[in-house]
Formats: sequence, C-alpha cells, structure tokens
Amino acid sequence: MDAGVSPGFRTRRESPGQTPVHTLTLKALSDGLAAGAFSSVEATSLFLKRIKALGPKYNCFVALDEERSLAQAREADRARVAGRAGALTGVPIAHKDIFCAKGWLSSCGSKMLSNFVSPYDAHVVEKLIDAGAVTLGKTNMDEFAMGSSNETSWYGPVRNPWDTQTVPGGSSGGSAAAVAARLAPGATGTDTGGSIRQPAALSGICGLKPTYGVVSRYGMIAFASSLDQAGPMARSAEDMGLMLNAMAGFDARDSTSLERPAEDYGRDLGKDLSGLRIGLPSEFFADGVAPDVAKAVEAAIAQYKALGCETVEVTLPNMRLSVPVYYVLAPAEASSNLARFDGVRYGYRTPKYRDLDEMYEKTRAEGFGAEVKRRILIGTYVLSHGYYDAYYIRAQKLRRLIAQDFASAFAKCDVIMGPTSPTTAFRLGEKAADPVRMYLSDIYTIAVNLAGLPGLSIPCGLDGKGLPVGLQIIGDYFREAQMLNVAHRYQLATDWHLRAPPDIDA
Amino acid sequence: MKWETVIGLEVHAQLNTRSKIFSGTSTAFGAAPNTQASAVDIALPGVLPVLNRAAVEKAIRFGLSVGATVNRRSIFARKNYFYPDLPKNYQISQYEIPVVSGGTVAIVVGETEKSVRLTRAHLEEDAGKSLHEDFHGETGIDLNRTGTPLLEIVSEPEMRSSAEAVAYAKALHGLVRWIDICDGNMQEGSFRCDANVSVRPAGADVLGTRCEVKNLNSFRFLERAIEYEVRRQIEVLEDGGRVVQETRLYDPDRDETRSMRSKEDAHDYRYFPDPDLLPLEISGEWLEAVRARLPELPGAKRERFVAQYAITPYDAAVLTGSRELADYFEGAAGGAPGPVAKLCSNWIAGALSARLNDEGLDIGQSRVASAQLRRLVERIADGTVSGKTARDVFDAMWGGEGTGDAAADLIIESHGLRQISDSGALEKIADDVIAANAQQVADYRGGKEKAFNALVGQVMKATKGKANPQQVTEILKRKLTS
Repeated sequence: MDAGVSPGFRTRRESPGQTPVHTLTLKALSDGLAAGAFSSVEATSLFLKRIKALGPKYNCFVALDEERSLAQAREADRARVAGRAGALTGVPIAHKDIFCAKGWLSSCGSKMLSNFVSPYDAHVVEKLIDAGAVTLGKTNMDEFAMGSSNETSWYGPVRNPWDTQTVPGGSSGGSAAAVAARLAPGATGTDTGGSIRQPAALSGICGLKPTYGVVSRYGMIAFASSLDQAGPMARSAEDMGLMLNAMAGFDARDSTSLERPAEDYGRDLGKDLSGLRIGLPSEFFADGVAPDVAKAVEAAIAQYKALGCETVEVTLPNMRLSVPVYYVLAPAEASSNLARFDGVRYGYRTPKYRDLDEMYEKTRAEGFGAEVKRRILIGTYVLSHGYYDAYYIRAQKLRRLIAQDFASAFAKCDVIMGPTSPTTAFRLGEKAADPVRMYLSDIYTIAVNLAGLPGLSIPCGLDGKGLPVGLQIIGDYFREAQMLNVAHRYQLATDWHLRAPPDIDA
Repeated sequence: MKWETVIGLEVHAQLNTRSKIFSGTSTAFGAAPNTQASAVDIALPGVLPVLNRAAVEKAIRFGLSVGATVNRRSIFARKNYFYPDLPKNYQISQYEIPVVSGGTVAIVVGETEKSVRLTRAHLEEDAGKSLHEDFHGETGIDLNRTGTPLLEIVSEPEMRSSAEAVAYAKALHGLVRWIDICDGNMQEGSFRCDANVSVRPAGADVLGTRCEVKNLNSFRFLERAIEYEVRRQIEVLEDGGRVVQETRLYDPDRDETRSMRSKEDAHDYRYFPDPDLLPLEISGEWLEAVRARLPELPGAKRERFVAQYAITPYDAAVLTGSRELADYFEGAAGGAPGPVAKLCSNWIAGALSARLNDEGLDIGQSRVASAQLRRLVERIADGTVSGKTARDVFDAMWGGEGTGDAAADLIIESHGLRQISDSGALEKIADDVIAANAQQVADYRGGKEKAFNALVGQVMKATKGKANPQQVTEILKRKLTS
C-alpha cells in the first residue's frame, strides 16, 4: 500500500447504514448520525443490547443505567434536530469507573467504593456530556487503577476478547475490552504507568495518554497524582483525536491543569510524514521483548520508512530505573491519596467495631484488596522517617534524569517508537502471584509517565497465537496532534486497527 | 538552685478570608454543622485543592510586617495522620519551605523592650471539629471549619517568663488584627496558642527537655499554664527526676497541665510535597503591591509617638496596642503641643481605659469621643479646670452630658466648675483664712510644714474646690513669709 492511499479504503468498508452500527469506528458512527442513517437512541440501544448479551462474557462493565443513557441519547437526537450537533453528539462512550459521574456508581473497581454513587461529574465526564456524548456505562478496572491485568478488580477479572483465557491488560482493562469487543466505539481511560497504552496494546485497540496537565484530573479518583492522566481509548487515531478534542482543556479546579489555548487534535491528520525522524531507543529492543512483538514492531517501522520516515538511534540510559522509581513514587502518593477511604463519611464501613481504631483497621482491611494494601504498605514505608531521603528523594532525582534522557533524545528525533509492552496478552493468573513480574509488563510505558510526556499505542500486528501487538509512539510535550497524525498515516496504510477478535464481526 | 524558664510559642491565627484555603466554601463562623462543607472539604473521591490567593496575600502581609523573608517559592506538603475530623486524613501544610522565614516581634515588659525572633510562619488548613457530647457515646463530626486558612507562627525559644510570653502573644494578637489578617477572637478559636516550656539551671547554655502545652485560649490561661508547668518541671528536677518530652493539656478548671501523649506515641507524619499543588511562587510585583497597601505598623507608630508627642516608650506601647486605640490617641492629640499630648496619653491609659474595662467595651465603643477628650485636656492645660475637677467633667461626659466636640465646655459652664483665677478674689479669701486660723499660722511659722497644707485646704474649701491649688500655694506663701 502506498503512502497516499485514500481514506476511501475505510469508507468502502464502513459506509454507515450498510454495515452494522457496532462495527463502525467512532468517526464513522459520528458521520452516520450526522447523515441521519440512524439516531443516537438507535445506536445507544444497540450497544446496550450488545453489552447485556456479551458484557458478562468479558466482565468489562460494572454499571449500566439504560434509562439514563437513553435519556441522554434522546436529548442528543433533539439537539441534532435543533441544529446544535457537534462531532460527538449522540455518540455513546463508556467511562472507566475511576471517573466520578453524577448519579452513577463510581467505585474505582473497589469494594471500598462499591456503594458510592457520585454526586458530581468529573471534568472529563462533564466535557463529554457538554459535547453531546452519551454515557454508555462504567467499565471495569484494576482496583484503584493498581494493576496491569485487570485481575485486581473487586468485580472480578476482565477477559480479553481475543482470547478469554488471557488478560486484557490493565488498569483500563474494561475500557479496552469494551472497545475491542465492539461494545462501545470509544471509552475513557487513565494512565499512571501505562494503564491506557498497555491494555490498548493487549486488546488490539488504540489508546493515548496525553501530556501531563492537558486533561483535568478533577473528579478522576486519584492513584498517583503526579502521574495520573486521562485519555481516549478507541479504534483509530482519528477517533482518539475526536475524543481528546472534547476531553482536553484547562480546568481551574485542578491546579496541575495547564492553561493553554484550545487546539484541534485532528488538525495534522493526513499530513505527509516524509523526513519525520523516528527515534529508536536501544533500550526498547533489548532482551526481554517477545520475538513476535519485536518482529511486529520492526515491521511497523519498516512501514514508516516506506512512508518516507527516517530512523535514528537514541538512548534512554536511565530508563532501566523507571520501574523501581515508579514503585517508590506511585505508592508513596497512593498511600496518602487513599487515606480518605476510612469509612467515616462515605463508602464501605465494617459492620462491627468496638472503637475508632478498630473501625479504621477493619474497614480498610476488608475494603481494600491485596494489591492496594501492598502499595499502601510500600508507600507508607518509603515516606517514613529515616527512609524518606533514601527512597522518595532519590526517586525524585532519578525521575528528573529520566526526563532529561527524553529531552536529549528529542533533540535528535521527532517521535520515539518501540513496543508498548514486552509481551502480548498473558494468561489469567499467570503473573498474579508474582508482583514484580507483573510490574515489569509496564517497563516501556512507565518512563513516559515519569517524564510527563504524551504516549500512544496502536495495533501493529498479531503474534503466533493471534494476539495483538501494540506499537508505542512517544512524542515531545504537547505534540499530541503530530503523534495522532503519525498513527493515522500508518492506519491509512495498514489495517491492523480494523482487525477484530475472532468472535467479533469486524 | 536557681532556674531559668525558656518558652517558645506556636500560634495558629485563622486568616479572615471569605472562603476556605483550598475551596470556595464560606468560612463564616457559627453555621449549622456541615452546612459549610463542599465536595472538596469533605474529601469526596476525585476532588482537588486550589489555593486561595487571598490567604497567601495575608501571609505576605504578615511576613512584611515582622521584617521576615517572604519566600518567593514555598512548598505545600501533606502531613499524614488519621483522625475523623480530618477528611483527607492528611492536612495540607507547609514543611520544608514555609512562605515566611524569620522576622521579629517587639515586646515591652514593664519598662524593658525586647525583640523576639520568629522561626517561621506557614500556611495550612484547619481541621473540622469532633463533638463528643450529645451523641450517646458516639462522636459527631462538624466539617464547617475544615479548610479554614491558618497561619502558624512559630517563635524561637526566646521568652524567659510567663509575663514575656503573654506580652509576645498580646503583641502578635495586636499585630494580626492591626494588619487585618485575623479577627483575633480567642473564644471562637481564631487565635490559638501552644507553648513549648522548659527550664534549665540559670546560666546553662543547653536547653532543658520541653513540654508542649495546649488548649490555651486566653492570655490568662497562657500565663497560668506556663506558671504551673514551670513549677511542675522544677519540682520534678529538684526531686531528682527527669522531665519527659510530651504534649500536655491545660485544664483551666483545675489550673493544671495533664499529659496528653508522650514522644513515644508521637506520629510519624510522613510529610511529602503535595503533588496536587504546584509550588507557591510569589512575584516581586505581588510582594511590592502588598507592601504598598500595608498600614503604618505598630513598631513604627510607637517610635513616631515617642518622637512626635514626647511620651514614654511604655505609654507609646500601650497606645499602639491596637490600631483603633492608636487612632483614638491621634484623634485626641494630633497636632497638639507636648503637654496636651502627654495629658491625652495619661487620660487614655488612665480614666478612659478604666471605664472601658469596667464596662467591657473596646475603644471603638467609647462614650467619649477623641475630640471631646481633647477639649477636656485643653481645659486642664489652660487652667480652666483642675485635673481633679476634670475627672468629674469626664464622668459627666461619659454619662451622656454635653454633646459635640465642646461637650466639656458646656459641662464646665453649666456646673460652674471654672477655676477661680481672679487673684484679687483669692487674695481676699486668703486673708480671711489667715485671720481665722491664727494657731495654724503660728505653727507654720514655727516650722511645721503640715500646718501649711491645712491652710491651703481651708482656701480650697472656701472656694468649693474651684481655686487653682498652685495659685493658692503661691499667694499663701507670699503672705505668710512677708
């Protein structure tokens, strides 16, 4: 396929009205709504029907509210009639259960918040509602976003639609599986150490973590405040651009939100890639990458060369320290962020206790799962008197070195590419008993969070077992529009992003 | 053995901003429980703090007022501990780099001036309140106070007596109200003191083990608690014991301090920079804008009063106890010659303060306006009335007699209190008194000074107190020695 292949390739396969609505990309669905090929109520009903039929198989939704969703859909259809429709008007979107949504269960995958119905909307939820999107439901996730396999959820593990014996990745595993199984055209996710990109890779979809501060964290239940960032999960780069246009923007309620002019993240789509310098860090292609993953990523890079890109060797010498640095900083922040879950004001409270201390102890012992407790313990330890300098302060210093590595690399290249995850989807339970092995599955994604950079993952092949491989594209700060075009041009030239799991119609 | 007392004070001043330090909720006192607690205040999942600029500005005002360094960059940190009235189970405070470092507060004890150095002042949020009564063995939580901005002002351990500690606390209390950053209401907890108290053998250069005494919500309790604590520590040491470092609670009913928790069960607060808040950056422009809006400060005003009105440093310190009092003084003494200003100072510190105290009023509620006091003092200075008679005029004004700036004149005239300064009339009365009191005259001439006073008294009595006693003395002396 040549670089100038027309978007007609997609249009032929997805022309609205002729193909089942659930197989449409978010963009095609938006176009179909605009053309009047179907209404939002019809599209929403169809997705809700699919979720009820297939959701339990993958366990990817934790809350549905048909009445509420359909009311939003009706409102969207009215807005369209009234001529007040934007790109997302009437488009159903699923929310990771980490986002507070008014009137919805907002449990963060935890027993601790299993009775918490939020009285307010997160900024991201509010912005998507303002853009006319329909809330399709809340998706399953690792408890408090702590996990890389979606096995730590109190609601049970999510199963990967490509092979239900494997994990979908985590922590945004429910969102990834929902999009992969065509139960939602797009979903929100959050990424603290890879939680959008890694499940996107393992589930064969696209996911973008924007530059830290581009999307407000208000209403997103905090895991590690200095690393958490929300982003879109969808089936194409173009779809992610549409979602990010609605999700991004300054919010005075989040002090780390960046006050920048609004931008159209789709503005670069279609631009020629000739002369684009792709940085290939030797650290991304070292031992530990599964051969099939390496092969697919190398093929993707060959494709980029065919599109006129150049490759340059870069090095990220401190990246090897990113996992230990992350597992000091993220748990430290989490140990404090999760202190508010104490049974006093909302959420789970143990039924029987003699005094305050016992109430605290039993509530938190019963309300949190093992992985969350492990991280609270680690975080409490590294912040303790006498250990703080040795762990927290040193980790902060290394964090700066890791960011400097990227700065040096971006002096030589425009984007950095490599695998999103060292392996494809692994089997349920395979790493659950070995936290360190689990933590290493985020080895290529964590450094990006530590540096606050934008990163995305797109499908770039299948391994020998037919499981998807993700290509990670890392950009310099605020280069989301450029990165989305880099992904888009690849998706114009290939069809990996259009492949569906074996049981699902593409 | 002789012991030396060492005291350092930690003061929590509630900043009088309209909204809370990290949310837009009102800070008004006295609302029904939990009606002034927003999603941010009660720490719902997902909420985030946003710093209130007005609170920072008040901290800057304080820093500039005490000659401290206002740090251009300071850091908010989380102080982690579990308590039901602390919704996040951490308090946002400042730890390694506070907004204000150093500075001094001048105090006057008796006739001695002393400068107390400050360690730091930092911004933090207040916790809510636990209500242990009325809940049948359970505890109620009121989160209205949660997130109220506090400035914690920490002094160096430089006070050497309870009197110095009280003078410092009062000076600070005066200052925070003066620069309008805190309403100073101690009953409502707007100004709370904790005292770090230790004793050591006189002349020693190492500090003794200290105890932190809490619950000191009046200057009197502060004084009594320190005195009790000093006695207790000296007793322990003289009995051969050791003072245990601990936090102690003052019980005003029993007038004693009691152990609350020892250092062994002290929390490890696990401070770390709050990742939800950026470092606080204060620009040079902001600093200068705040400086330009500062009123004349008590120290500067005190020095000016001494120089301009020729009053004593002690009187100047009293008169600059509050901005209102200083304004009252200047309203009365402004532009007046030295003697009038000195008299104004005496009257304000004396008769007026006594009246205000008796009736529990503050200077803003005085029934004698500054211009009215000024007229009265002028009438003393020009000899229209004696100081003694002026007291009666003052009481009459206080009681509501006379109106306007000239109230004193009206009262003097209507009561016929003007001094007799007609020397002819006085000469005549003096002659009569001398003629009628031959024995006293003889005694005086024989060397008995006391007899002279009796003759003065007779003249005063004959004039119903309206004679100028000095003039009477002169006339009698002249007549008796001639």
